Amino acid sequence: MQQGTIQNRDAFLDTIARKLGRSRLASLEAPRWKHHPQEEFMKGASPDELLAAFKQNAAGVNCEVTVTTKAEVPQTVYGSIKNFGGGPVITWKDARFEEWFGLGKLLKEQLPGENIDVFEWDYTLGQQNIERANTAKCSITISEITLAESGTAVVFCDKDRGRTINFLPENSIILVPKSSIVPRMTQAARKIREMVKNGQPVPSCINYITGPSKSSDIEMKLVVGVHGPVRVNFIVVEDL
Amino acid sequence: MAIKTKFAEDQFKIRVEKKINDAFMRGAVANATDTINGRKRQLIFEMGNWEDWRSHGEEIRHHVLENLDYYLFQFSENVAKNGGHVFFAKDAAEANRYIKEVVQKKNAKKIIKAKSMVTEEIGMNDSLEEIGCEVVESDLGEYILQLDDKDPPSHIVVPTLHKNKDQMRAVFKRKLNYEGTSKPEELALMARKVLRKKFLEADVGVIGCNFAIAETGSTTLVTNEGNADLVADLPETLIVCMGMERIVPTFEEMEVLVGLLTRSAVGQKLTSYVTNLTGPRREGEVDGPEEFHVVIVDNGRSDILGTEFQPVLQCIRCAACINICPVYRHIGGHAYGSIYPGPIGIVLTPLLDGYEDNEELPYASTLCGACTEVCPVKIPLHELIRRHRDIVVERGSKKAPFMEKMMMKAISTGISNPSLYNMASRMAFSAVKPLTSDGKITKGIGPLKEWTDSKNLPRPNKERFRDWFKKHKGGAR
Repeated sequence: MQQGTIQNRDAFLDTIARKLGRSRLASLEAPRWKHHPQEEFMKGASPDELLAAFKQNAAGVNCEVTVTTKAEVPQTVYGSIKNFGGGPVITWKDARFEEWFGLGKLLKEQLPGENIDVFEWDYTLGQQNIERANTAKCSITISEITLAESGTAVVFCDKDRGRTINFLPENSIILVPKSSIVPRMTQAARKIREMVKNGQPVPSCINYITGPSKSSDIEMKLVVGVHGPVRVNFIVVEDL
Repeated sequence: MAIKTKFAEDQFKIRVEKKINDAFMRGAVANATDTINGRKRQLIFEMGNWEDWRSHGEEIRHHVLENLDYYLFQFSENVAKNGGHVFFAKDAAEANRYIKEVVQKKNAKKIIKAKSMVTEEIGMNDSLEEIGCEVVESDLGEYILQLDDKDPPSHIVVPTLHKNKDQMRAVFKRKLNYEGTSKPEELALMARKVLRKKFLEADVGVIGCNFAIAETGSTTLVTNEGNADLVADLPETLIVCMGMERIVPTFEEMEVLVGLLTRSAVGQKLTSYVTNLTGPRREGEVDGPEEFHVVIVDNGRSDILGTEFQPVLQCIRCAACINICPVYRHIGGHAYGSIYPGPIGIVLTPLLDGYEDNEELPYASTLCGACTEVCPVKIPLHELIRRHRDIVVERGSKKAPFMEKMMMKAISTGISNPSLYNMASRMAFSAVKPLTSDGKITKGIGPLKEWTDSKNLPRPNKERFRDWFKKHKGGAR
């Protein structure tokens, strides 16, 4: 990766240090906090309790939540696509769709067989991916970490996992392995920090998605689906 | 626009009077603040340990400010390591110059923006329009205000509070040839269609930053509409503008502050979208910016460091203090004449813009302390407002209006004693009345004379907020 530029830094930081009445700091010990309120939330909760909290909180923010099993994922996803009014469908290019969720047949044979267009993100096609996302009716992506407290899916981007897939289409299907549900954003932040410590790069974009796009800018009335998705369906897979 | 809004041309009391007479605005503000405050109370109740959360928020912000140079250094190193460019701007002019350079180098004409207070503060839109760019606000509320000939926002979080849906429909009709109804869903759909095109054709995106993460060089942005994501992901070039104090050590502190922000701002556990961006798109990635710039703005903030006002830099721009303020509730955001209204605006505006034009702002408070109580990072707001009053009086020791001195005295001795305060502020009005014409003090006596010759001193409002409040409490919901 090519190093970026930094301009005017020294003068700027010298001023700050001077105003703080000391010279510039060359090193700093990691802070030790006195308060840890985040530790208490759903401490020691079981996977079932986490799932119950996730369902309740996601439903509370205008999401649809469907709980299914690995064997029934294709049928559930099919139903969801139909419910959203069909295709075109866009997905990431992600081996997990087949390996974890067994969706290969649905996406590659069944839907195209019914004349429902399915486009798989392919970075070699460049801009075409974005055009397809813009005209797609429905997207399918996967939550890496899922937050019970707020009903949130955390998605990581990558060259085969475009960012705009979660924003341009009218409807979103996000697959949630039950084992990915943690109490709150605290655990997600820690996982991401672990990645950093282990030398893995932070994804260039991390999205925490809590329901469809919404606004209350017109007389404080909730309008769902302003710029991004109008509907979001979380499909939780119990035995994953 | 810079920090002053177009209403700043009116004197403070005139602005207040105009707004107090605006019944729709008052109802809308009361309704909005009640809704947000109610949702927030419920969430806080559910959490159980809200005070512990506030203390944690405070200690994080305090630590960052004390070590700000260290964290900014670390942050900028990491942005550059990820391939992003960092520009440190000491004032608005420097920030605008850099932003213009980036835009011109790209030969860009179409700019799309997602809500950023700091770009308002530095007047970025005007600066880009001067070089022939079209700058489009993508937040629904901001977009409506922009279409309406740049009507200033009246609230940090809900900028359109002062406008009703019929007025919005009229704006759409006039500017977009809209033929639909004033149903919120229909208006929003119209905006979606227009803005979707703008997102796709923009050359440069500009977004704000709620929290910058030093350890990874990442930025964080919180929205409900998802507009910031389209701004960040679609144009080839992205410029992130941030106030220099908007920094946290790691992802772990970021998440604590995001939770405090979304709860305090809109009463949500998290907003629909929270996004961390770490540098430009990586090799092979198709969406996300190819060029990633971060502009870190001082613009008067460093002058606050090391002073008694330093705690104001702890602010995470949630607007909880605004929503709880009894004065804001009755005069609305425009009366402050600043892009930062309410208690936080009263503290921040004179520090960033000077006392000269903002001497009356510290008096738009009852010093009841509700703002301090709700602040999720424990800024002692009402104490800082009181300190501003001291300074206003000290500054004007030769020509300071004796009225203000008198009010000041009445308030400082009488604040703990409502009847004394009532008497003093009522007296203030009648004592000065013989000198007024048309609501302004035009005749000066002695030391006041020179001053009134060059500037009309507004008369203390004959109906004090307290009286007003008493009278309207029944009718206001």
